[in-house]
Amino acid sequence: MKTRTIEMIVLALLVISSVWAYVGKINGWHHGFVFSSSVSLVIMILLALSLVWILIRTLQDKLVGRRIVFLYIGVALSLPLFMSIDQPIKVSDEVRGVYQGLVDLQPGSKVLISFDYDPASAPELQPMAEAILGECIERDLDMIVLGLWPMGPQQATMALDSVMSRMGLTEQDVVYGEDFVNLGYQAGGEFVIQRMGSSFESMFKSDFRGTPYQDLPIIKNVKNFSNIDYSVNLSAGFPGTVEWVQVGVDRFGIKLGAGNTAVQAPTVYPYMGTLEKPGQLVGLMGGMSGAAEIEKLTNLKGKATLFMLSQSFAHVIVIAFIIIGNVAYFRGGRKSKLKGE
Amino acid sequence: MEHLTFWGHFGVWVAAFLTLGIYSFLYRDNPWYKFTEAVFIGISAGYWVVVLFFDNFYGKFWVGRGEEPMLWIGAILGLMMLMRLVPKIGWIARWPLAFIVGATSGLWMMNYLTSNAMSQVQSTIMPLFGEGFGASFGEIIGNLIIIVGTFTGLIYFFFSKEHKGAFGATARVGIWGLMITFGAMFGYTVMSRMSLLIGRVDFIFRDWLGLIQ
Repeated sequence: MKTRTIEMIVLALLVISSVWAYVGKINGWHHGFVFSSSVSLVIMILLALSLVWILIRTLQDKLVGRRIVFLYIGVALSLPLFMSIDQPIKVSDEVRGVYQGLVDLQPGSKVLISFDYDPASAPELQPMAEAILGECIERDLDMIVLGLWPMGPQQATMALDSVMSRMGLTEQDVVYGEDFVNLGYQAGGEFVIQRMGSSFESMFKSDFRGTPYQDLPIIKNVKNFSNIDYSVNLSAGFPGTVEWVQVGVDRFGIKLGAGNTAVQAPTVYPYMGTLEKPGQLVGLMGGMSGAAEIEKLTNLKGKATLFMLSQSFAHVIVIAFIIIGNVAYFRGGRKSKLKGE
Repeated sequence: MEHLTFWGHFGVWVAAFLTLGIYSFLYRDNPWYKFTEAVFIGISAGYWVVVLFFDNFYGKFWVGRGEEPMLWIGAILGLMMLMRLVPKIGWIARWPLAFIVGATSGLWMMNYLTSNAMSQVQSTIMPLFGEGFGASFGEIIGNLIIIVGTFTGLIYFFFSKEHKGAFGATARVGIWGLMITFGAMFGYTVMSRMSLLIGRVDFIFRDWLGLIQ
């Protein structure tokens, strides 16, 4: 059979099975699947054995193609989502620092949360946002959110809706304008932070919904950063944590905790202090592991905790293929030397 | 049973179609991927044009043009920037560019010096054994790594002397420090990309197909 025909048959089967699964979901024919601990263990053993088999084949100079590597990564990411195994999560001092910043506040304190990311970074940052907002609600803190990225305010609204639904709260429990306000997006990047240092109102004349600044009880007495008790920045790039540190922390002295994508976290780590010497940041949540840690501290188990098993599986597969790749590389080098090339 | 409108169902299918289209590139380049890529680039460009127009030009300049005369200077500089489109008078665009570079340098030089240089230098200068010799064994090791890493890293970037002998050996330690840092950054990048992929896989199996309980 020609490759093209096989591809078309596989594609047709995928479409049919997808339609079946979707119709089944809509009509309640199935409610999803979950593997028991025993099945999960068997799957893990099979995966490990197959990797050993690939290693043996590599030693026999039979190399696997890149598509096999992609397939393994896909399988390693997907299967743990169906498993009922809880991965232990150890909370780092950096994440504890962000949480401690909230714990130290009195009820009614004002927390400024800047949503500087868009849906592309949501898998890492949205769980952090939900955990932080959930803890603010739990501790009766006033939440003032804004975005230096155009889609940040929408992410804030989605995070609040999700966390309120999970906590079984309604709009009467978290009153807009009194307990929470969304100031919306403001273009200008770091210059927005600078202007906020002298006047919030000069940058945000109204909120996300168009309500004038002075008509919102939660912020009408907030002039600048001196009226903010704690700030959290959730960032996926520029403008983000670096700008908040440079302007907000170093120029206006705000107390800042940060949540970053894993890509950005290493560039932000130098702003962290030590146990003895506080740094420019009080705490840092880095990537999905940071999100899982804050979920653990806030007792709001969400997607980051669920995804950590997939993350760990994927890392194991990546490490395994790094080893296999190195074996292939060094064997290739040895063979070249033997041939005198 | 899930209650979605027709457009709700349609949206989920479109999202799944586009997600799978992008990942189909892992198998090989194909028309489905090309279509999805074109849609993504087109929508991104269109979205940013609208956002920048309404938030910057309309939201900042047009609305406030009567109250703040300074905005006109920005508008004129912006107009000068567009002169690049006319080759004969393209040199005019250099003036707003020079203004942007100059203003940004002036505004941010002190910020960078304070936040990214002085504060970091200050954090590096620390008592090796902690305040009053109170540091734990792990903290002392950490402090030593910072001191050795900073010193050898700086030596590596000192190119006025040939990297030979003791000087060269110190520079090689610095290279190791740099390589470990790059390795950690690469590891974080892999973690980040995996997280994004997990997000899409979760969408496919949970939100689209409903296969995850």
